[in-house]
Amino acid sequence: MEAFIRGVGNISPQYTYNNAFFLEEVVPHYSIRLLSREPDYKEYINPIQLRRMSRALKMGVTAAGICLRDAEVGTPDAIITATGLGMMEDSEKFLTSILDKGERLVNPTSFIQSIHNTVGAYIAVMLKCNKYNFTYVHNFLSFESALTDTLMRLEERPSERILVGGIEGLAEEYFKITDSVGFWKKEQVESLKLLRYDSPGTIAGEGVAFFLLTKRPDPGNYALIRGVRAIYKPGDPKDIQEKIDPFLDKNKLEVRDLDLVLLGLNGDAEHDGIYHWLQENYFQENSQAYFKHLCGEHYVASSFALWLAAKVLKHQRIPQVIVLKDKGTPGKSIRNILIYNQNKNITHSLMLVSSC
Amino acid sequence: MRGRIFVTGFGIISAIGRNARETLESLRDSRSGIGPITHLDTIHKAELPVAEVKLSNKELAEMTGVTEYQLTTRTTLLGVIAAREAARHAGLDPSDKQFLTGIVSATTVGGMDKTEINFKNYQKGWPYNHFISTHDCSDSTEKIADYLGIRDYLTTISTACSSSANSVIHGAQLIRHGIVDRVLAGGTDSLSKFTLNGFHALLILDKNPCKPFDKDRMGLNLGEGAAYLVLESERSASEKKVLCELKGYGNANDAYHQTGSSPEGLGPYLSMKEALEMSGLGPEAIDYINAHGTGTDNNDLTEGIAIEKIFAPHIPPVSSTKPLTGHTLGAAGAVEAVISIMALTHGMVFPNLNFRTRIPELSFDPVKELTKMNKVRNVLSNSFGFGGNDSTLIFSAC
Repeated sequence: MEAFIRGVGNISPQYTYNNAFFLEEVVPHYSIRLLSREPDYKEYINPIQLRRMSRALKMGVTAAGICLRDAEVGTPDAIITATGLGMMEDSEKFLTSILDKGERLVNPTSFIQSIHNTVGAYIAVMLKCNKYNFTYVHNFLSFESALTDTLMRLEERPSERILVGGIEGLAEEYFKITDSVGFWKKEQVESLKLLRYDSPGTIAGEGVAFFLLTKRPDPGNYALIRGVRAIYKPGDPKDIQEKIDPFLDKNKLEVRDLDLVLLGLNGDAEHDGIYHWLQENYFQENSQAYFKHLCGEHYVASSFALWLAAKVLKHQRIPQVIVLKDKGTPGKSIRNILIYNQNKNITHSLMLVSSC
Repeated sequence: MRGRIFVTGFGIISAIGRNARETLESLRDSRSGIGPITHLDTIHKAELPVAEVKLSNKELAEMTGVTEYQLTTRTTLLGVIAAREAARHAGLDPSDKQFLTGIVSATTVGGMDKTEINFKNYQKGWPYNHFISTHDCSDSTEKIADYLGIRDYLTTISTACSSSANSVIHGAQLIRHGIVDRVLAGGTDSLSKFTLNGFHALLILDKNPCKPFDKDRMGLNLGEGAAYLVLESERSASEKKVLCELKGYGNANDAYHQTGSSPEGLGPYLSMKEALEMSGLGPEAIDYINAHGTGTDNNDLTEGIAIEKIFAPHIPPVSSTKPLTGHTLGAAGAVEAVISIMALTHGMVFPNLNFRTRIPELSFDPVKELTKMNKVRNVLSNSFGFGGNDSTLIFSAC
């Protein structure tokens, strides 16, 4: 199962929404709360609708629009979205209104917009797209599920062009509550130095990354997605390694063929050990990079990583800000990137991306 | 199609029964589960009837052996009960390494039943914060997977009221593409203040038992429950008793409005059409339609129009079983899939309770009483949701 990335649209805590650029300017965040650098939404959404939309919804609809423009596709053949928490801002708003007003005279707008498939549905209405429309909501595996579904459909319908994306908006109350129970770091954090803090917790992030996937070869394609795999509750890191080997083998690759390994390190002293073990015992000969200092930790951070991999392959350039270890030969082309992400050794995921 | 998908087991819990046997008895006797609210703490208790599972969380936990019931959401408890029944029914043993086993579960509320009780305390920095991690939709899926030992593939779907029909679709796709051999596919949703007030604010809750497809329908009644099917590949089902085949499925989007359907029922029409095309069956081969039939003004009219567009002039028996089970939201697609399979395997069509007068724009009445049929070969089940999400499943006798 494989497909080309034909277009991308990414709104994140970096200036990623303009596809003409690729992290030439990096935004440092001096906070444990990384919010998106948002574009001018009026270009994509009419102002009357805009007023009623949550940030996640605005980011979602706009990133999808950027992606479709990038791919020069009017209406896709399917819309598949992924989100861990869904439309949390509207959920909080509706819940607060029920609790504060004692269930009396509540306004249904935030209830309607709180459902998890809101972004996919909005895009469908805006584009009059009557096709397949799915939403996956499995925490850190949400985006990987959406991608699996996309690749399966493209196997069956090779002429289709599918819009797939991950959406996560960091809502106010959710952040405060999770902060109070120790999800995030306690000290003053400078995001770009994320891996230097030897403390538990990480930094909260958000973002939306959409992709237009197709089986059609085209000079404008970014990259080829060759596989995606999720792993649930494996044993020790050795067990993970034993699952990565056959994943690569299926694509006739060995670990040494990887020109870059993109790791989901998030600076959590209690849980980054798995990455460290693999870095030292499995990926030791590979160039290594990370990305959560740019986008923060969130349920669909792996969609940011896929965007990063697609851009690296298209531009044939690894931005210095993500490099952990450079084993590359100057002048040698970058062909194969493995994205490996995990959360607390519960969910793990792999994505293999190659140049076209 | 790259191989057939078989159903080898199911499990169900709802207001009309704690398991498949009780559910079938209630269906046969037209025993509705709709009544006054007893468990949910809400000001709407006296006013809005619902289809509650008449067991406390403690009692649900006792059925499963989950000891820490206070730490478990009602959505998870309901899910574990139905999933366990389905696995037992199919003789599903995830530890059998000959086959890969996955779970695809759906929910719309996730752990909201606990969040809404504790939200204000969380904001005050309350130290008892266990339920923060049970809020998101994947929590119930992982608890069920852990309970049954399923490891090879897990995911959760949330597309409003079509969610668990979509679990069945995704589960079947995973088998067709060889990602797993067997899938536990379905959904679970508990009642919550959040959804009750949401639907109430939308003015689509009937203050009396709902009357789908009736001219004077006044809205829906919310319900709760869980249901799962065990789907298997030809290879893994080869030595098993097969209940039926999942012959077709379709998903389309109405692309009209977040909560209202298009006047011509375009999404429902497209999802039924796609499912029929995939099944290779003509409309005349469908012996029974288990309609989405919520009892709202909008749904029943547009679903009816879409049914007519495909099936007229020979419209098969149609009924909504929501006057029995209530609208179980994220579980509804799977609940009604189980009911559809019961219709197939028991050769009977279940009535659409509370119907009196035909909708003037439509040319058919729904089924009014329990109807035994010589043969029910193919059953079509519709599930439609907010966001214009429309799904259709077709189950066929083997």
